[in-house]
Amino acid sequence: MPRYQLTINDTQRELDVEADMPLLWALRDELGLIGTKFGCGIAQCGACTVQVNGVAMRSCVVRVSDINGQAVRTIEGLADGDRLHPLQQAWIEQDVAQCGYCQAGQIMSAAALLAQNPDPSDADIDAAMAGNYCRCGTYNRIRSAIHSASQQMNAGWVDAAAEERSA
Amino acid sequence: MSGNERIRQIERATSRLALDRRGFLKLSSIAGGGLVLASVAPAALQAQQAADADLAVPVAAAQLNAFIEVATDGTITIYSANAEMGQGIKTALPMIIAEELGARWEDVRVLQSPVDEEEFGRQAAGGSTTIPRTWDQMRTMGASAREMFISAGALVMEVPRTELKAADSKVTHTSGRYMTYGQLATLAAKQDIPDPDTLKFKERQDYTIIGTSVSGVDNLAITTGLALFGIDTRVDAMLYAAYHKCPAIGGTPVQANLNKIKKLPGIVDAFIVNGNGKVEELLDGIAIVGTNTHAVFKAKQQLEVEWDESAASKDSWTALKAQGESLHGKRGPELVIDKGDVNAAFSDTDNTTLEAFYEFPFVAHLCMEPMNCTASYRSGGVFGKDTVELWIPTQMPARAYAPMQALFGLDQDQVTIHQMRLGGSFGRRVYSEYICEAAEISKRMGAPVKLTWTREDDMQHDFYRVGGFQSVKAAVNPQGQLVAFEDHFIGMQRNGRPVSGSRFAATEFPLQNIANGYASKTMLDIGTPCGPWRAPGSNTTAFVVQSFLDEVANAAERDYVEFLLEILGEPRWFEPGNIRSLNTGRAADVIRLAAEQSGWGRSMPDGSGLGFSFYFCHAAHVAEVAEVSVDGERNLTVHKVTVAVDVGPIVNMSGATSQVEGAVIDGLSTMAGQKITMTNGRINQSNFNDYRVLRMPATPEVDIHFIQSDYSPTGLGEPALPPLAPAVGNAIYAANGHRVRKMPLSEEGYTLV
Repeated sequence: MPRYQLTINDTQRELDVEADMPLLWALRDELGLIGTKFGCGIAQCGACTVQVNGVAMRSCVVRVSDINGQAVRTIEGLADGDRLHPLQQAWIEQDVAQCGYCQAGQIMSAAALLAQNPDPSDADIDAAMAGNYCRCGTYNRIRSAIHSASQQMNAGWVDAAAEERSA
Repeated sequence: MSGNERIRQIERATSRLALDRRGFLKLSSIAGGGLVLASVAPAALQAQQAADADLAVPVAAAQLNAFIEVATDGTITIYSANAEMGQGIKTALPMIIAEELGARWEDVRVLQSPVDEEEFGRQAAGGSTTIPRTWDQMRTMGASAREMFISAGALVMEVPRTELKAADSKVTHTSGRYMTYGQLATLAAKQDIPDPDTLKFKERQDYTIIGTSVSGVDNLAITTGLALFGIDTRVDAMLYAAYHKCPAIGGTPVQANLNKIKKLPGIVDAFIVNGNGKVEELLDGIAIVGTNTHAVFKAKQQLEVEWDESAASKDSWTALKAQGESLHGKRGPELVIDKGDVNAAFSDTDNTTLEAFYEFPFVAHLCMEPMNCTASYRSGGVFGKDTVELWIPTQMPARAYAPMQALFGLDQDQVTIHQMRLGGSFGRRVYSEYICEAAEISKRMGAPVKLTWTREDDMQHDFYRVGGFQSVKAAVNPQGQLVAFEDHFIGMQRNGRPVSGSRFAATEFPLQNIANGYASKTMLDIGTPCGPWRAPGSNTTAFVVQSFLDEVANAAERDYVEFLLEILGEPRWFEPGNIRSLNTGRAADVIRLAAEQSGWGRSMPDGSGLGFSFYFCHAAHVAEVAEVSVDGERNLTVHKVTVAVDVGPIVNMSGATSQVEGAVIDGLSTMAGQKITMTNGRINQSNFNDYRVLRMPATPEVDIHFIQSDYSPTGLGEPALPPLAPAVGNAIYAANGHRVRKMPLSEEGYTLV
């Protein structure tokens, strides 16, 4: 079987998997990173959103072989050690989650947005987040939490994913 | 709370999560305990503690205090015994306990309890009943433990109980002296358990936790990607499985290309399973087992199966629709209610009579977490007896015992169930088929197996919200008053029994409120499995009746709010004491509040409109107002939905507003474009590309107002959903004069933007 190398949450990982294995299942089944969720398998719901080189991608349709050698960030690697990312903090403060299943994907999409656009408007947020379903209907709180995190980040937070992009 | 305090709270939560993982086995092993005590004691109590070295003494044999543990470091552990699926009870129920206990919420950590109904009472969640069913039980748990702390405090401080007060996780004397719950925990556990009848619950004005906004207890785990959900389960030496059933429900495999499948990369085995023919337990199918989910999903796509469909569903939505439409204007064979004289009212030429035919589709549950279960079946594992361990995201864990007995002959003590968090449910996860499938495959493999359904499996093998039709008729007199109402409910039955949600009761509004009412039912036969879906029955009947009454009000040139209030009449409670019966006073209050808050009656620009609706179900009185605009191409925008709710006192304000907001958005998502159709027993939709969920840009503002009446509190998972569809439909009529009599709106040419 082919062998691939990925930098996942700043750590080099090796994967012995089929070339067509989606990143989603490599993360969940091979590496035990179960924070990234399976929702549809066809890039419609966004539950599996991770960042590849800082860009939000649906890991259910990204093949491991296509991103060999690249940097992946998952929800498990969003916080800076014990220091939560402002989005995670805002999500907790605003009690965004209902069932919670889609929220890792929501947060990863939002983190990619804020890394590119530190002060998004409602319309910017709607556009960036339109690929993420929430069956429970937490969209209004998600929008509000993104604004809140944006304010906090503009007050001095340094984002690891943004550094990765610029590196 | 300041940002720093919040961060400290998060830090505490983080360390607690670490503790959870370390302490899990220990906690499981003392599951029977009541006020179980931990190891670190303050100096003042060390002597006594030394004398009582064995501190993990369960003090309560029954449920009492099974929910509460207090450690000597002051950590208060409260067990949440019911399923968390997004409805918020894993936070709300412990809030009730903590309130009566006199705990500081900051000292509380919440753990999911083991599944043990003898210890914790009924461990099911559904029907918006968990809050009303456990309200007194939770208060009793908290108050009982509080009294034990007071008794302990009286002993240590050598003062009368009457001079002590319990609050903020401590017992305080009138002199100001106090001892913390952590200090008193050891002794408190030894105090007599008070007779529940002697307990006094707190007065509402003294609440410090109930009624506040508390962030969900799992939020840190959710936002950092820690394992919580059923699908996150990982067990040593676990294999991964998929299960393929006949696309026509009830078909059975004759043969399949199993030899080819078994040779595919990552595949360990593939075999035909013969089930017991019960759709809610184990249908025949093909199991594919492998070393990862991708391998089994990919192999599933390459399956070639010959099916015997002789006993399979032959359902066709087109045929059901034709059957339904043929019954328009007729009465059904089954009488629901016949009061007064509707015929006289309808034939009175002074009255205005209206008739209409409404249609609503089957819809799917679409839990974001597809059905899954991890099972570890061990043959002859314990004293030669088989055992099975199950990790299940389920609303009703105890429902898994019966099929484990039926399929494998396992008694309850041979079955261990782990209640996992549910990635959505909405009534879906009350059946056991995904559990039975996982157990069967694990037994065949002799290894732990995680079964995951594909999204296609999930959408095509659901227990759907049943579709149906209603033929309605009403008369108004020359004064514009409703004088007669008739409903022919055309529902569905499977194996001779009405399916969940296919019901129409004699208590449906406005039958109880008017003199002349008639309702009858016709049941069409279907093979498609149906089940409860967020506010079963109500979620479609509200659409029909509240839309039609708006039609009637418009025909009579009446304001709909005034018309509704007139029908409701004087304040009265139809069955006093029964919170599940309509209380017209509460109804009128939410109607007036929604009207006032939404600016009902104001003039709207062309192409815009307000729509009003009211519905009573799940013991909740809810009124909603939708504000919409529609263009010439029927592009529809729902700008705002105003909601007024009376479910009594609110336990967690944040959770309650989430439920209402979610119900509104879910209701809109469903009415906008969701529809399951069948052709020759096969479900035509397969994934989110042909079955759409509302996305963020189409989300309306939701403005929520609670009337916190003194009636006992009840649940909010469902009742804010039913009024949404008629509110939007009525608003569309106000905007463009088109009456929506069919869901979803896409069937009427509307696109939600």
